[in-house]
Amino acid sequence: MRLDRRTEQKLVQSGLWFFTALTIFILIFIIFFILKNGLPVLSFKFFFTNPREMGRTGGIFSTIVGTAALVVMAILIATPFGLGTAIYLTEYTRENVVTRIIRFGAECLAGIPSIIFGLFGFILFVTKLKFGWSILSGGLTLAFMVLPTIIRTSEEAIKAVPWAYREVSYSLGSTRWQTVTRVVLPSALPGIVTGVILSIGRSIGETAAVIFTAGSALRLPTSIYSSSRTMSVHFYILAREGISMPHAYGTAAVLILAILVINLLTYFLMSRFMRKYC
Amino acid sequence: MTSLERKESLIRITLLLVAFSAVSVLVMITFFIFGEGTPIMLRYGLKKFLFNLDWFPTQGSYGLLPMIVGSILVTSGALMIGVPFGLAGAVFLTEFSSKKMRRIIKPVIELLAGIPSVVYGFMGVVVLVPFIRETFGGPGLSVLAASIILGIMILPTIISISIDSLEAVPPSYREGSIALGATRWQTTRMVMFPAARSGILASIILGMGRAIGETMAVIMIAGNAIAIPRTPLEPVRTLTSNIALEMAYASGEHREALFATGVILFLIIMVLNTAANLTSRKRGR
Repeated sequence: MRLDRRTEQKLVQSGLWFFTALTIFILIFIIFFILKNGLPVLSFKFFFTNPREMGRTGGIFSTIVGTAALVVMAILIATPFGLGTAIYLTEYTRENVVTRIIRFGAECLAGIPSIIFGLFGFILFVTKLKFGWSILSGGLTLAFMVLPTIIRTSEEAIKAVPWAYREVSYSLGSTRWQTVTRVVLPSALPGIVTGVILSIGRSIGETAAVIFTAGSALRLPTSIYSSSRTMSVHFYILAREGISMPHAYGTAAVLILAILVINLLTYFLMSRFMRKYC
Repeated sequence: MTSLERKESLIRITLLLVAFSAVSVLVMITFFIFGEGTPIMLRYGLKKFLFNLDWFPTQGSYGLLPMIVGSILVTSGALMIGVPFGLAGAVFLTEFSSKKMRRIIKPVIELLAGIPSVVYGFMGVVVLVPFIRETFGGPGLSVLAASIILGIMILPTIISISIDSLEAVPPSYREGSIALGATRWQTTRMVMFPAARSGILASIILGMGRAIGETMAVIMIAGNAIAIPRTPLEPVRTLTSNIALEMAYASGEHREALFATGVILFLIIMVLNTAANLTSRKRGR
């Protein structure tokens, strides 16, 4: 028996609506669950004291500092390379074999699992270059990992700058580099910042690549050669080894809040400055 | 050559070098992972390494088969959940919802991609695993638990890439079909899906890559037992968890064997990447 196509249409529509609603429900459930159990743990003391007794008591201050140090280092290294790549691809060349190789490389890099980055960072930075488990090793590894994100978003942002801007700039006698730095980049800035913020989010949430490169020391890091535990790694160890469930929930709540802020920020930037998105 | 011209050509060369950074990172990763991992594979025998059932690193026995099967099972499970949900979401957002609704739902789904994998794993441990244990029996830490969590984790990948490819179909296709009297669903099924097929396929392949490569969430919920499970309720160990669980204390030949596990994982991912790249390029032509 075949259904009447109008009935079929109604059935499918409610089915699709159900699937989508369930997806959204899952997301809301995760956020609500973590915040409900984690927010009561948060306090001034939780943020600003170092973990004690492996994290059973005290707060998460040193892991916040560790996370910040790693993220700053990763962004500082990845942004110039990512942005430079995007500028070259969009402003300095046409589509040819070279750009295809570069794009394929970036795409492959984006698909490589973080555990592979962890193995690579461990063998190159920790062992071969003798940086040890350190913020330096972890930051470099994360920089490599977020590089494709920065390339892709910067490229899109630069491509969204209208051609007329460049034409006007060239007609005034500017060189290519002057056009790039004074006309193209300022207009593409919000999109580039969006990519950087997305990369910050990815770095904050990363565990597998960081645990083998930055280590898991609980002390407050003193230099880029100190080993440091990030919030994600701390959360993982607290939860997996059953050290303290309240503190695990608290750390997870901080992570979720950070991710929420980052996503709101990118959404705001994208809908404000990139018309394509709306 | 004026100094301005010299500066310009210097900048061009610098940018070209910078542009090769991603490719060089890829080459370096390949070089170091293979450099550490391949010697033991050759020494021990590739066939034994891939098809042996015993993994006892302390006794010099390195059979990866249970982990390879584990990764395949967990990834297939994730696709069984992620693909229908993902495609439903993508079709709903492109064909069945208003623009306003899409503006609210799309960022929400992107948020799903931002949640750290350890948080997914944790949710699995505190919510899903006890639920499975009480409802279906068994240890709870299982293929089923890992499949469900991974299925959710690959949703954003499948949804956003499928949306892109559905949106890339020329509007005239849809308009033509509607004008002929087809319903929205008929249009989706008979016109939009075939037209966006390669992009949708690419989204599934990339989702598959994400599921195979996921580590932390899987470690927390899959149970990690080294055995081929007979039912979805039994625990399993994947290639990624094998590396992450033992890296902390492995040394010597054992560590090399873990890098060899990385080589296998890397090869699988590169094959999937290339496949996704080729399928989506076909659409461009």
